[in-house]
Amino acid sequence: MNVTLRIWRQANASAKGQMVTYQVQDVSKDMSFLEMLDMLNEQLSVSGEEPVAFDHDCREGICGMCGVVINGLAHGGAQTTTCQLHMRHFEDGAVIDIEPWRAGSFPVIKDLVVDRTAFDRIIQAGGFISSNTGSAPDAHAAPVGKLQADRAFDAATCIGCGACVAACPNGSAMLFTSAKITHLAMLPQGQPERYLRVKSMVAQHDEEGFGGCTNIGECAAVCPKQIPLDVISQLNRDLIASLFKKDGK
Amino acid sequence: MAITGLILIGFLLIHMYGNLKAFSGADAYNHYAEWLKTEVLYPLIPKGQFIWIFRAFMLAAIVLHIGAAWHLTKRAHAARSTKYVAKKTIQQTYESRMMRWGGVILAALLVFHLAQFTVQAIHFGFKPGAGAYEMVVAEFQMFPMVLLYAVWVGVVCIHIRHGFWSAFATLGANTSAKAREVLNALAWVVAVLLFVGFMAMPVAVLAGVIK
Amino acid sequence: MSEKSRTKKIVDDTISAALGVIPDEPGAADPSFDAPVSGHDTGLADYYIVGAEIGDTKAKTDLPVEQIWSQRKFDAKLVNPANRRKLTVIIVGTGLAGGAAAASLGEAGYNVLNFCYQDTPRRAHSIAAQGGINAAKNYRNDNDSTYRLFYDTVKGGDYRARETNVYRLAEVSANIIDQCVAQGVPFAREYGGLLDTRSFGGVQVQRTFYARGQTGQQLLIGAYQQLERQVKAGTVKMFPRHEMMELIVSDGRARGIVSRDMVTGAVEPHVADVVVLATGGYGNVFFLSTNAMGCNVTAGWRAHRKGAYFGNPCYTQIHPTCIPVHGESQSKLTLMSESLRNDGRIWVPKRAEDCDKEPTAIAEEDRDYYLERIYPAFGNLVPRDIASRQAKNMCDEGRGVGPLVKELDDQGNVKMVRRGVYLDFADAIKRLGEDKVRASYGNLFDMYAQITGENPYKVPMRIYPAVHYTMGGVWVDYDLMTSIPGLYVAGEANFSDHGANRLGASALMQGLADGYFVLPNTINDYLADATKHGGIKLDDPAVVEAVADVQGRIDKLLAINGTRTVDSFHKELGRIMWEYCGMERTEEGLKLAISKIRALREEFWTNVKVTGVNEDFNQTLERAGRVADFMELGELMCVDALHRRESCGGHFRAESQTEDGEALRHDDQFLYVAAWEFAGTGAKPILHKEPLVYKAIELKQRSYK
Repeated sequence: MNVTLRIWRQANASAKGQMVTYQVQDVSKDMSFLEMLDMLNEQLSVSGEEPVAFDHDCREGICGMCGVVINGLAHGGAQTTTCQLHMRHFEDGAVIDIEPWRAGSFPVIKDLVVDRTAFDRIIQAGGFISSNTGSAPDAHAAPVGKLQADRAFDAATCIGCGACVAACPNGSAMLFTSAKITHLAMLPQGQPERYLRVKSMVAQHDEEGFGGCTNIGECAAVCPKQIPLDVISQLNRDLIASLFKKDGK
Repeated sequence: MAITGLILIGFLLIHMYGNLKAFSGADAYNHYAEWLKTEVLYPLIPKGQFIWIFRAFMLAAIVLHIGAAWHLTKRAHAARSTKYVAKKTIQQTYESRMMRWGGVILAALLVFHLAQFTVQAIHFGFKPGAGAYEMVVAEFQMFPMVLLYAVWVGVVCIHIRHGFWSAFATLGANTSAKAREVLNALAWVVAVLLFVGFMAMPVAVLAGVIK
Repeated sequence: MSEKSRTKKIVDDTISAALGVIPDEPGAADPSFDAPVSGHDTGLADYYIVGAEIGDTKAKTDLPVEQIWSQRKFDAKLVNPANRRKLTVIIVGTGLAGGAAAASLGEAGYNVLNFCYQDTPRRAHSIAAQGGINAAKNYRNDNDSTYRLFYDTVKGGDYRARETNVYRLAEVSANIIDQCVAQGVPFAREYGGLLDTRSFGGVQVQRTFYARGQTGQQLLIGAYQQLERQVKAGTVKMFPRHEMMELIVSDGRARGIVSRDMVTGAVEPHVADVVVLATGGYGNVFFLSTNAMGCNVTAGWRAHRKGAYFGNPCYTQIHPTCIPVHGESQSKLTLMSESLRNDGRIWVPKRAEDCDKEPTAIAEEDRDYYLERIYPAFGNLVPRDIASRQAKNMCDEGRGVGPLVKELDDQGNVKMVRRGVYLDFADAIKRLGEDKVRASYGNLFDMYAQITGENPYKVPMRIYPAVHYTMGGVWVDYDLMTSIPGLYVAGEANFSDHGANRLGASALMQGLADGYFVLPNTINDYLADATKHGGIKLDDPAVVEAVADVQGRIDKLLAINGTRTVDSFHKELGRIMWEYCGMERTEEGLKLAISKIRALREEFWTNVKVTGVNEDFNQTLERAGRVADFMELGELMCVDALHRRESCGGHFRAESQTEDGEALRHDDQFLYVAAWEFAGTGAKPILHKEPLVYKAIELKQRSYK
């Protein structure tokens, strides 16, 4: 199959970007979307042009490094990562728009590559359980009911790709933040810091310049790990509860 | 946003119920209106005072609601200064997309509404100082007014369709996919109920059932 | 004596001292080489030189094996907590080993500088491990113990691992689970609230803890969260999107690294008191592998060039359960967890003419469940190398399934082969029900469906082996210190624990063991004397020289401006490696591979096209640097594979097999670790043998029949 690509090209953070059109021929439908971009880049390299910069690493849908907005939808809207999107999802002759995540807190580094370190800072604010190496009690010391464990796991599957922010009309990172909150809040080990954690992480989220949540649900609809929207409600509940808890300071 | 929103929804439900008193005739309606203005909580507080406390409370809710919306909107715009060249959505409902502009429209029409019926600065078809029943009957005998009212109530209900569910989600009630379905269904019920409830009286007036 | 050769002399002497090398002949040609004493050296004098034997000097091997680690921890010199923050530790890599080490050493109070090439430490490739992590907890009351895990690991590694290291690994394994649970890792649990475990490839006890199909991601996020906690606390400084380009060695000690900022292109030196590499494996030398696209050998290879020995480079694990190649544009291979082999049954049609039929149309009696047939005791759970090689055998026999793929034979002729075998869950679905299967393997099935467009609940999956893990790596002693004092290597990047083959669910265990429990208890022994070594300034000649080397290499790559892309070189290198240094290796093939690699390397340095400039985000330049190092490594792998004329673990030499085609080890000649010393670009590498001594375990020929 042949496709026409319109790709956002931007030389660096301060440069002005624009959409540039490219043609790619003889694409196989079994190729992944990124392999199709590889093909384009090989073409560009051979002709001496600068290849399109895009982030990617594991290419098996788990590292969270890749991610572009395809035809207006984060990761192409297939609830998977861009690397797991295959060309069989597109028609022969398709015109495909490719843009970077767009959020003030995710500045473009080059072309389709953005800086997502804001997520790290949200985790730094409290997205952990303080447990020093070597000080842990036996793993069976605190049993965790299966339902709780499963809910923690479902939230913990977040890969930090940033699609939620890219898709949110408000540019909010609430799904990311609350996935971490929910993961840790469901486990007995997460209880001592639970209310302090939610306050600090939400404060950091806001300080990073992400928008507020208005419960539209666009984030969960594109999340490659299908993090459910209800984690945001869990965060809200914990945040409200923290107002009445001493350990929420 | 959520708390003030729910307060306003609660007010609307009571307001709607009150409006329906029009079906019980002029006396019942006027008496109800009079009671609201003067006798609520009397003798706990002096006559005519509750209404002012209540108005202040509602005004505060509205101001806070708008303030919060303003703040959220500003943050959202700042969070995406560069727009997408191509953007699609999957989940976003019409109601949720209409929250901001819908809010502005309904606030503008609210001013018109209050100017008419509370302050009576604007008056179509009735004289200033007219009784509550006389006022609404005179008003809604005019088709354009009913139409305008319908648009306004429609905008309000669309706002509430998303607002109701969203408020509960913000307060932490969206605990599962099931809860989300229930809340969204309830939001529909409330929105439709308010629309039907508010439109019943004007339509009845227009149709001549209430005179 | 010139400045450079003086440094080299110091390096050599320090290395000799550190390793207990017989000082008379370090790096010298083996005098017996021209008149070989053992058959395996015959005719290989063109490829390498035999140097002095080496050995680990840190473990007290006269003690019973279960006491060695405690004794070592006691003997290791300590660093006063007040002095720790004055000491700087560079850690390259943020996977399970690097991330865990950075968090733990930060917590201990050291000043840690942590580097990774990804945009955030949470993306290291440890994240992709699916199946699980072993630990000798014996929660199942199924006769598991530290000793059994140790025994299984040594046996699984085909008796090519160092006994003392492996015992320690088994010993600390239980602590890892405790640590991770305390961090909030959401392991799978039973309804009673206790941790669930399952059995995993090659063992008969249920000691594998897991978190659905993403154990690696959950463990890594656990480590990442601890790491970010230390970043916030100010003990760790993160350098994301920074690639290590060179090791700084001064006075024979590792004193820092040179990094390239991948956003701005800035080439910067960072100095420290000790350097830790936790940079993962080098499977990407094959181009197609289950590694992440960015995984590379540069850090380890640069250290090797500066004097760190490289251990057993040819030991590569080929993973049996990967999704087959779809075509020539394939950029990587996707692994499906080996846990699938617990409930899935592997088969091919009995008759080659059935191979293009729909699998469901092939009658039960026409299917060959070949693993169950050949290995009745272990069936589908035989170790990875056996499962992989048998899959290849089936396909070579013409009984493979799936699309026909174009291949070149040794003479360069095109042939069409089906490269795939079925992994069938029909029985499991019948026995357990679809829901139960979905609960255990749902995400793996989804992944398969996503990639192939087929529904694995209805039709059997197709699988084929792919390069997955490299047991070889930088040579380290018991303390994980390399032959360069002050340079430590942890996790997959070192060679230490898996011998010639790694057991399933042991990579996560080793990474975390090294990072949480080993390094934080051994690195202090070196750091205790760090103040004696003094600081190093950024204008030190060693620093200036290292930066200039890096800059020179970058300038050279950019200046070639040839006609071939970096990827085309990488793909060709990969084809050579897979063909001749893959699942089955022969002397003839390896010699051919070496000559091909040399020619390819020459072409690379004259004809590669690297677009753009250094002072930019330039992914082509990044890849070019990595491929350049892969070319050198690939040659060493082939030399190592060539010299080891025996079959062991992941290394199968066609010349060394039993009558019925099983791997045949030669303990009489090859019971040693091959630690290779770099002797200069283009010069023959020097082989140092570290004899393997088994005291706690009896040496046996492996049999899974």
